[in-house]
Amino acid sequence: MAEHYTLHVNGTAREVRDAGTGESLLFVLRERLGLMGTKGACEQGECGSCSVLVDGQLVCGCLVLAASAVGQRIVTIEGVAPVGAPTDVQQAFVDAGAVQCGFCTPGLIMATHSLLDRSPQPSELEIREELSGNICRCTGYGRIIEAVQRVAVARSTAAAGGPSA
Amino acid sequence: MTVLVPTSLAEALEAVSAHPDAAVLAGGTDLMVEVNERRREVSDVVVVNRVPELRTWRHDPASATLFLGAGVTWTEVEADPIAGWVPALAQAARTVGSPQIRHAGTVGGNLGTCSPAGDGLPPLAALDATVHLVSAGGTRDVPFAEFMTGPKRNVLLHGELIAGVTLPVVSGWQGYTKVGVRNAMVIATASVALVADDVAQSVRVALGSVGPVILRCPEAEEFAAGEVDFGQRRVADAAVAEFARLAAAAARPIDDHRSTAAYRRHAVGVLAARLLRRAFPNG
Ligand SMILES: Cc1cc2nc3c(=O)[nH]c(=O)nc-3n(C[C@H](O)[C@H](O)[C@H](O)COP(=O)(O)OP(=O)(O)OC[C@H]3O[C@@H](n4cnc5c(N)ncnc54)[C@H](O)[C@@H]3O)c2cc1C
Repeated sequence: MAEHYTLHVNGTAREVRDAGTGESLLFVLRERLGLMGTKGACEQGECGSCSVLVDGQLVCGCLVLAASAVGQRIVTIEGVAPVGAPTDVQQAFVDAGAVQCGFCTPGLIMATHSLLDRSPQPSELEIREELSGNICRCTGYGRIIEAVQRVAVARSTAAAGGPSA
Repeated sequence: MTVLVPTSLAEALEAVSAHPDAAVLAGGTDLMVEVNERRREVSDVVVVNRVPELRTWRHDPASATLFLGAGVTWTEVEADPIAGWVPALAQAARTVGSPQIRHAGTVGGNLGTCSPAGDGLPPLAALDATVHLVSAGGTRDVPFAEFMTGPKRNVLLHGELIAGVTLPVVSGWQGYTKVGVRNAMVIATASVALVADDVAQSVRVALGSVGPVILRCPEAEEFAAGEVDFGQRRVADAAVAEFARLAAAAARPIDDHRSTAAYRRHAVGVLAARLLRRAFPNG
């Protein structure tokens, strides 16, 4: 039942050895590769805390069979920015008070990057719909939406050559 | 366990014929839930979401049809150009799970699972979709109504793959609507798809989550066709009410942990009336 394969995680080839049957990408990232930023909670795709990018698509790591992701580019929260140099999205979450217990934050950061890459100026409804796969039990979402809007405004101001906020 | 990741349809068919008991995995949004919950043990897996033939779609203007490969995702279905050709299916796509689920989940996976609550299925039923099955031995085409045989049951055989579906591109209004306990990320307690065909002058209706299979509503359909004015997009209030009653009467709902039969039947009437009025806004 032991499986050996290589995953491409955050730009690095990572060997997975002696993996068991049916292991999810979430499990392999955390338990075999030591990448604890991706959180696991429901393991049925409902909570979004395990959100990662696979070949550029935002998906739930718990629903990806790890061995099926061979040859695909996987990006986790550890791969979005070096430690100590947060992305604009990460900084905006801190500034807006969108982080409370922090458990949902990695998934929400991944989802927000994915949203703003596809739709740089989302409406509030669009933000709510796009983040509907990420559950937060602390904030009530108000400050999360505010954080997303801050990034959208700052990026468009920067793109227009204006002062960056 | 062997996990095979074929990158062509020929390779995929070879894999499923060599391993007829292997689990076929597309987006994993149904299958991996079962695996995570230990409700299902997988030994061999054939991963089909990197088979180009299954990931394509083809619009054929000459025959006014759209082929959707089994591996087309809900994210693709909810956006143009596909949304413009099959709006009811696109609306259904938009209600599937969350962005994460729609990025991974596929049309073929919805058909493979064949839940009566599968949001893709009522539009496929209302559009009279043809399901294309393929195996190493050949192909067969099955009308959707014959493909689904019960709750989570269909005619797919071991060693066979769903290649895709063919849908007619119909001129006329179409839509899909569902009710559940919340707005986002919800399994339908009742759902309705409606397709108005301005050329054939017909109205087609299919119900989800209110029977063992997706149900068409022949009486409601026939009644609507006789009452609506396709040119003026007109239907009388009284006709909408009778249409709703007939659609609700076609439901075969049950009481379960998600809802009661009575509520489901009521909901079908409300949704059917809403869709008919949207299709024919003039009173
Ligand atoms: C959190 C969450 C929310 C959800 N919300 C909804 C919802 O709102 N509406 C809804 O309809 N569904 C919903 N689902 C269910 C699921 O996302 C859909 O049914 C989806 O279409 C399944 O597609 P998949 O590619 O992920 O299927 P998989 O899980 O990969 O496969 C499902 C089944 O189909 C078979 N299969 C897949 N492709 C093929 C093929 N080409 N040939 C033969 N067999 C095949 C598999 O063997 C398996 O039995 C939800 C799931 C989750 C986890």
